[in-house]
Amino acid sequence: MRKVSRWFQRNLIRIYAVVAFTYLLIPIAYTVAFSFNDGGKSNLIWKGFTLQNWLNPCGAPEVCTALGNSIKIGFLATLFSTILGTMIAFAIGRHKFRGRSTTNLLIFLPMATPEIVLGASMLSLFLTLKINPGFWPTVIAHVMFCISFVVVTVKARIASLDPRLEQAAMDLYANEVETFRRVTFPLVAPGIAGAALLAFSLSFDDFIITNFNSGTMTTFPKFVYVSAARGIPPQANVIGSAMFIIALSVVILGQIVGRKRAVK
Amino acid sequence: MSKSGISSPRTPYLLLLPGIAFLFTFFIWPIANLAQTSTQTPIAGGDTGEYEQTLRFSNYVDAFLENKEQFGRSFLYAAIATIVALAIAYPLAYAIAFKAGKLKNVLLVLVVAPFFTSFLLRTIAWKQILGEQGFVVPFLRDLHIIAPSTTLTSSAFAVVAGMTYNFLPFMTLPLYASIDRIDPRTLEASGDLYANGLTTFRKVTLPLSMPGVVAGTLLTFIPAAGDYVNAAILGSPQTKMIGNVIESRFFKIVDYPTAAALSFTLMASILVLVTVYIRKAGTEELV
Repeated sequence: MRKVSRWFQRNLIRIYAVVAFTYLLIPIAYTVAFSFNDGGKSNLIWKGFTLQNWLNPCGAPEVCTALGNSIKIGFLATLFSTILGTMIAFAIGRHKFRGRSTTNLLIFLPMATPEIVLGASMLSLFLTLKINPGFWPTVIAHVMFCISFVVVTVKARIASLDPRLEQAAMDLYANEVETFRRVTFPLVAPGIAGAALLAFSLSFDDFIITNFNSGTMTTFPKFVYVSAARGIPPQANVIGSAMFIIALSVVILGQIVGRKRAVK
Repeated sequence: MSKSGISSPRTPYLLLLPGIAFLFTFFIWPIANLAQTSTQTPIAGGDTGEYEQTLRFSNYVDAFLENKEQFGRSFLYAAIATIVALAIAYPLAYAIAFKAGKLKNVLLVLVVAPFFTSFLLRTIAWKQILGEQGFVVPFLRDLHIIAPSTTLTSSAFAVVAGMTYNFLPFMTLPLYASIDRIDPRTLEASGDLYANGLTTFRKVTLPLSMPGVVAGTLLTFIPAAGDYVNAAILGSPQTKMIGNVIESRFFKIVDYPTAAALSFTLMASILVLVTVYIRKAGTEELV
């Protein structure tokens, strides 16, 4: 008995970690499991195993239109916010200029503003300008809230660079442009890639701001929210599970590549 | 490069220009426009949704008094969710930083794994797991832990639990980042000086991890206070938060001034709370 309790004490934090991770991952396991459910339209009760939903992911009406819109919006929002955000990050991370702290504040504010306020304020502007909510207003809204996250991510990467590497390049007679192209940029690139992935996932998963600015256009989160009332179709679980697997593979791949580089 | 700058002193401004112009147009302008909307009143004899500027600042008072319950609820629920998430995430972050060994990277991926799938799907999964047709409720009823008439969903408990769950990774990651930076030798030193585990935690670990605590609580509290999705999916009309009110004022009632006044009050109260909190907690390395 004493042995058991001592083992328990020594491993308490590990046991705790297992419980915490179970809590974090249960809804994902549930989502994946119910993507194989033969439950028909409302996917509430387990009725039996089937592959039908996976073989026919567009089987539910609208679900693939919604997914397509989300991917398009995510792609455009990532592209623009990564370019704009990276430029700001280089300005803040690499230059001293007047208005630097004001710029920092302007970057921080959108992150400290609740999404509902961001969404509502953009909609009220679009309404004032008589612009109808829809695809482009949604893209613009997504770019807006993604920029700050890109800046923060890329800035952190720039701050972690060893300035001696650039000095070394200059000592070896590289000019500024060459130093930037062959030393600075390749070193910051993983940070930019990370920021782009973050922007895409933020955009893809956004519901609140999208709901305000998309009008009648549907996106994947909107589709899920609207169908929640009568039970979401298993195809939504298929897409959710596929997203999970793809994202997980990207991250694992990134880690493997990163480790190989580190070994070199 | 930092000293000489690429070519000219104008470079930083050229780099900033497009992004900052974008933020001015699509962040500052909308907020200013929202401020302007918040003091409007309906046009006499106009259609629904038609408003004119009359600088009626008492819109704010009316909106607040009419919805003070929902305001209180938003801040209460967000505060509880933040505290519970901190209590769950701290030991977890500590375990990953100090006890995980080679598994560290794997565990970090598991912490962000919930982000890999839609948060709405996860929230709905909780609704179904804890709902009448899920396996938890019948189980707890059989064990007589809950009364036969008690339900877990459509309650304040479910809303707070949903928020805690959804924001847990936001709490865990910054906590991990700052705990991981602690030199384990400082903890050993504390032990060598006859501090027991609790004292070491109180005097060494916790103060050194404060930046993570501040960042994590802000990343949880701010979105939680403005959230309405958890309340809409897991709650009932009795658990409505201010986000639900703003949403319905905008879309169902087309009462833009009230929605705008409420949004502004929410934003201002969060900013005040955050500023006070950062001052008290004494860290300014936020961004």
